Amino acid sequence: MPTVSEKVALECTEASRPMIQLEHVGVQYRIPSERIGTFKEYMIRLVQRRVSFKKFQALDDVNLSVNRGEVFGIVGNNGAGKSTMLKVISRVLRPTSGRVAVYGKIAPLLELGAGFHPELSGRENVYLNGALLGYNRGQMDEVFDEIVAFSELEAFIDAPIRTYSSGMYARLGFAVATAHFPEILIVDEILSVGDEAFQLKCNQRMLNFREQGATVLIVSHALDRLAGMCNRVAWLEHGQLMQVGSPDEVIESYRKGRG
Amino acid sequence: MNSSVNPAYDSARQTVPALSEVKELKNYRYLLAQLVRRDIVTRYKRSVLGVAWTMLNPLGTMLILALVFSQLFKTVESYPVYVLSGLIVWNFFSQGTNAAMSGLVWGGSLLQRIYIPRTIFGVSAIGTALVNLLISLVPLTLVMLVTRTPIPWTVVFLPVSILLLAAFALGFGLFISSLAVYYPDVAEMYQIALFAWMYLSPVIYPENIIPEQWLGIYRINPLYHLIKMFRLPIYEGRIPTWPELLPALAWSLAVLLLGWLFFTSRSDQYAYRV
Repeated sequence: MPTVSEKVALECTEASRPMIQLEHVGVQYRIPSERIGTFKEYMIRLVQRRVSFKKFQALDDVNLSVNRGEVFGIVGNNGAGKSTMLKVISRVLRPTSGRVAVYGKIAPLLELGAGFHPELSGRENVYLNGALLGYNRGQMDEVFDEIVAFSELEAFIDAPIRTYSSGMYARLGFAVATAHFPEILIVDEILSVGDEAFQLKCNQRMLNFREQGATVLIVSHALDRLAGMCNRVAWLEHGQLMQVGSPDEVIESYRKGRG
Repeated sequence: MNSSVNPAYDSARQTVPALSEVKELKNYRYLLAQLVRRDIVTRYKRSVLGVAWTMLNPLGTMLILALVFSQLFKTVESYPVYVLSGLIVWNFFSQGTNAAMSGLVWGGSLLQRIYIPRTIFGVSAIGTALVNLLISLVPLTLVMLVTRTPIPWTVVFLPVSILLLAAFALGFGLFISSLAVYYPDVAEMYQIALFAWMYLSPVIYPENIIPEQWLGIYRINPLYHLIKMFRLPIYEGRIPTWPELLPALAWSLAVLLLGWLFFTSRSDQYAYRV
């Protein structure tokens, strides 16, 4: 985690250095053409040489470079490969071809509260969730009070999380995921968390990150919102990169191309 | 400063998955501790007696087995201690490997969203089973005191026995959980296999009921040797001899190594599969 002065120095010297680089990235899923559910069936077919797969190219020769401090949006229809792209960048999937290089620590903001255990208290879940995101005890101790304050759960933090409302759940999830300054923040369509007041708070925090020089990668269908936030936008279609450029330009051609 | 020269993550960097996984696991050791803690704490969270069940569980099973079989196995001296020392090993193995399997399947949704070392569910499952094993040494000690079985000094060998057992269970758990990702049926098949495996191992009956001519085949079973490592120091009051120790050692190291290699060589596939 760089300090503020380090961050400034980084920005001065490496302002246009890439933070995320994709070179000829391809991801191919192998989908069995028929569903083979059981081990026995699989063995029989294997002997008969009848295991066949359909190939599905989720990403196809994608070249992209996201710079330090950029807020970068990704648009595209369902199934265009947006989520696959986020997964490849956040190391969940290894690309089947090409190269992905990431030059910083990634904070994923995917589905808030994934990994919470209902029987554990809010406090225990904060530490568990933090650990899932790769932080250690000391790093979580540092931000714990801030997390509780931000999520406004002071009175409930020691109650089991199964007693929380869905709004409380999401608030805590967002607070944990964004507790540390992220070098790269990955946001997958989750900006509609909790009530309006809390949404404002979330947006404010994201804007703060941007001002502090975080690189943000957003996938969303809320095009107008993307246009207002992003420096650049990429349009994905059938796993291929159609266009990269200024938000207005790309979103306009996406709207046209979509028909 | 030269972050552009050395990316934090580079998909093209060629590494040996079996080795880099060890490094990643070390980075995530706090998560490991958290997962073990979660499994211990939540298992009995809503029960009144809580963690005491970890002790009552083998104790209850032991009592029933002692009542049922003590007439049958009259020849076995202090049968409760005999059966409990076997049960503890058995529970460790079956719980640990089952938890490794369900952990990976449960963790599938997480593996689809964030990066975490894939072996962490297997390792934490064995970690949880280890804690439970240590807790269940308390009822074992109690039973030994109650039945006036002297506690021999040779119990100092137990850490070695437990280590071998843990290595074997981890290797096997990784292997079986890797299979379960590809074929959901494996989870069900494994329960039946475990049931058979228990009766093929000297858990509740003495070894001498096995006919002489079958002993050669009977002793291929790795758990035969691992149960012995545990039972000899407690029940017979002696340190295993080298010929007794070697098969256990060989099985443990081989299964750990092969299981680890088998699992990590496929671990990039799991996010596509689970």
